[in-house]
Amino acid sequence: MADKTFIVRIKRQQRSDESVRWEEFELRYRPHMNVIICLRDIAEKPFTRSGTESTPISYDANCLEEVCGACAMIINGVPRQACSALVDDLEKPIRLEPLTKFPLVRDLCVDRSKMFEDLKRTHCWIPIDGTYALGEGPRMAPSTQEVGYPLSRCITCGNCLEICPKVNEHDQFVGAAIVSQVRLFNMHPTGAMHSAERLEALMGPGGIADCDNAQNCVKVCPKGIPLTESLAAVNGQVLVHAVKTWFRGNS
Amino acid sequence: MKHPKIIVVGGGLAGLMATIRVAESGVPVDLFSIVPVKRSHSVCAQGGINAAKNLKGEGDSTWKHFDDTIYGGDFLANQGLVKGMCEAAPGIIDLLDRMGVMFNRTPEGLLDFRRFGGTLYNRTAFAGATTGQQLLYALDEQVRRFEAEDKVKKFEGWTFLSAVLDDAGICRGICCMDLKTMEVRTFPCDAAIFCTGGIGAVFGRSTNSVVCTGSAQSALFQQGAYYANGEFIQVHPTAIPGEDKCRLMSESARGEGGRVWVPKQAGDTRRGKDIPENERFYFLEEWYPKYGNLVPRDVATRAIHKIVFELKMGLVGEPAVYLDVTHIPAEILDRKLEGILEIYEKFVGVDPRKEPMKVFPAMHYTMGGMWVDNENQATNIPGVYAAGECDYQYHGANRLGANSLVSCIFGGGIAGPASVHYSRNLEQGCENTSPAVFERERVRQQDITDALLNQHKGTENPIAIWREMGDIMTENVTVIRYNANLQKTLVKLDELSERFTRINLQDRTQWANQTLNFVRELGNMLILARVITMGALARNETRGAHYKPEFPERDDANWLKTTKASYNGGKIKLDYEAVDISLIPPRERKYTAKT
Repeated sequence: MADKTFIVRIKRQQRSDESVRWEEFELRYRPHMNVIICLRDIAEKPFTRSGTESTPISYDANCLEEVCGACAMIINGVPRQACSALVDDLEKPIRLEPLTKFPLVRDLCVDRSKMFEDLKRTHCWIPIDGTYALGEGPRMAPSTQEVGYPLSRCITCGNCLEICPKVNEHDQFVGAAIVSQVRLFNMHPTGAMHSAERLEALMGPGGIADCDNAQNCVKVCPKGIPLTESLAAVNGQVLVHAVKTWFRGNS
Repeated sequence: MKHPKIIVVGGGLAGLMATIRVAESGVPVDLFSIVPVKRSHSVCAQGGINAAKNLKGEGDSTWKHFDDTIYGGDFLANQGLVKGMCEAAPGIIDLLDRMGVMFNRTPEGLLDFRRFGGTLYNRTAFAGATTGQQLLYALDEQVRRFEAEDKVKKFEGWTFLSAVLDDAGICRGICCMDLKTMEVRTFPCDAAIFCTGGIGAVFGRSTNSVVCTGSAQSALFQQGAYYANGEFIQVHPTAIPGEDKCRLMSESARGEGGRVWVPKQAGDTRRGKDIPENERFYFLEEWYPKYGNLVPRDVATRAIHKIVFELKMGLVGEPAVYLDVTHIPAEILDRKLEGILEIYEKFVGVDPRKEPMKVFPAMHYTMGGMWVDNENQATNIPGVYAAGECDYQYHGANRLGANSLVSCIFGGGIAGPASVHYSRNLEQGCENTSPAVFERERVRQQDITDALLNQHKGTENPIAIWREMGDIMTENVTVIRYNANLQKTLVKLDELSERFTRINLQDRTQWANQTLNFVRELGNMLILARVITMGALARNETRGAHYKPEFPERDDANWLKTTKASYNGGKIKLDYEAVDISLIPPRERKYTAKT
């Protein structure tokens, strides 16, 4: 009996300034396959469906259990992690494309360093005095931890930026992931002491005011982070901060 | 050296901690990582981090943590650093807490602790079931803060190729390749700290991330660094087998009350949840009444092997046993274990809150690694330090669950200041090193790359070689080791190494060529595989994770010693050195006691 096969179509581009081509690969089906296994199969036999010799696909991947954020790509039109995209659940042929809101490196690899830069710009950290022994951390109510922990599971995959209509050539909205991180650090007892600097970083162009409330972000978050709640919460914090600053400036 | 320069390679927990400590002392750091550091393999650690904070009124102490660790490691770990680690652990938890880690809390707002394998105490602090991720992020954020202050410069997307050694054999820099431009470049430094993690890829499929190839360790080994206790490989008892990787189901599932069982009747075709309680065989609880499901990993793994292969009592249709948390209220599961249950649900498509999970052991961790001294995380190459999973200290012949995160942070925290101290005492720093030393290494590495790119007649596929290496290593050099099979493995590795010389790169472009990088790593993996196998073949005893049915007892008279592999002229040599057992005298390791 012939092996069951399926088709994967991949958008390929050697470099961002070179031409785009689509390649089709016919792969042997096995149970429990995911998109990563497809890409490895191609690396082992890099021949297109028509038999032309091609090259292995460049793609980012690391943990393969949806906790590192590396393997985000557009799969059948939706931004998601390749490792948790199971072949059984995907419409065939499977279409793979790189994220479009970040500079392309090659094939399915993009450069998401913008997100890490934005985390820096928004001071997403707890400013501790030093690593020397300073005793225990602040006490925290379990209810606070239960709000904070889900926010802290953000894997910086970029799916929420990819789907956001306000991240485009003209608007440079910082994106829900970053805003949600600001919310996380602002709710921590030590982090809260420095919330002003984070909020101010979100007040200019590309800041929270750019959010159009399209609410797409929350639908593509692989970690189920309540991003729209974060956007609303930080928007409120920014407004209060702006009013307070205004009063201070006028008194 | 008044103004030393430090390089850290690897941005997981150990690398980030080393970076923070160096930056904090006012010394600039260049931090190199294959992936953006926030995507490092530390994110995969799930269950928690050990520290005897004794917040449960159990009378726990750092000495008991120390004793559990040494005993769990079957007395192969040098005791000084382990004691130091256990004493430092409560302070490390406090530090992480101050950094904002969202640890689970008690009603009083204190840190919550749970039980893990190889101990009888609730000693493991945790943040849901994604503790490693949470810890890594906390350190990543601190490093980002130093980066914003220009104290740290990150080189993400670079892979380490080799150390730059001067004529006296002193490390004066490193040689790396940019994974985008494929440029080979050297970077001067006075000391380099390697925190390059695990070696899972040597076994093909493991619980490790893609970048855990051990390539950096192997490259340094080939340059003269000792590699110690390579044969000690931890196989985690509970993982979901997969073709691309084996996904870990944390020990914390058992720490929270999860139970491992198989149907009493072999070949029972009913679904797990339909099998009544009295028809289930809770073999760990029966065989190890005192520790039950929380025996150390090597013990649990061998028990599962015995059930599946010797007693033929595994589940129908696949080599697996049940890991069952269905009796635990869903509310508790979601609060304490959500991260792993989500993985099971997403990758298997079954809700583990309702049906027992099917799991099987998988390669998980290397206790062995780069040899470092008993004080400073210093390797035998002057100026080269190592910390984290890539060093060999702390875990002896078997690592206890939730000790890896603490050993990473402790080791990184030592390596940082030690490298600064070393650099400050250097008479001549890297800026006085002849440019020819750097150019020599750059050319050597560029030539290797060029040879691969220009090899047009190759016939061998790198993925195929990797798969074959992983398969034979997993079959013969993991849970059960027979000398005849280890010999066969060495023969196979010879064959693979020979075929490796005829590799077909398939991609000859000079831009983001991932195949080129993978092939370079593969060459290094083949050598590490040999070190591991040779160490296992030589060690004719059973100790911790190293189990030889032909030599079923621990043999302290002959084998209470550290394996020290060295490399010279293409040949691997094994030497041995004494283990520091000055604090806890070796005793029989036995988890079968009733009380």
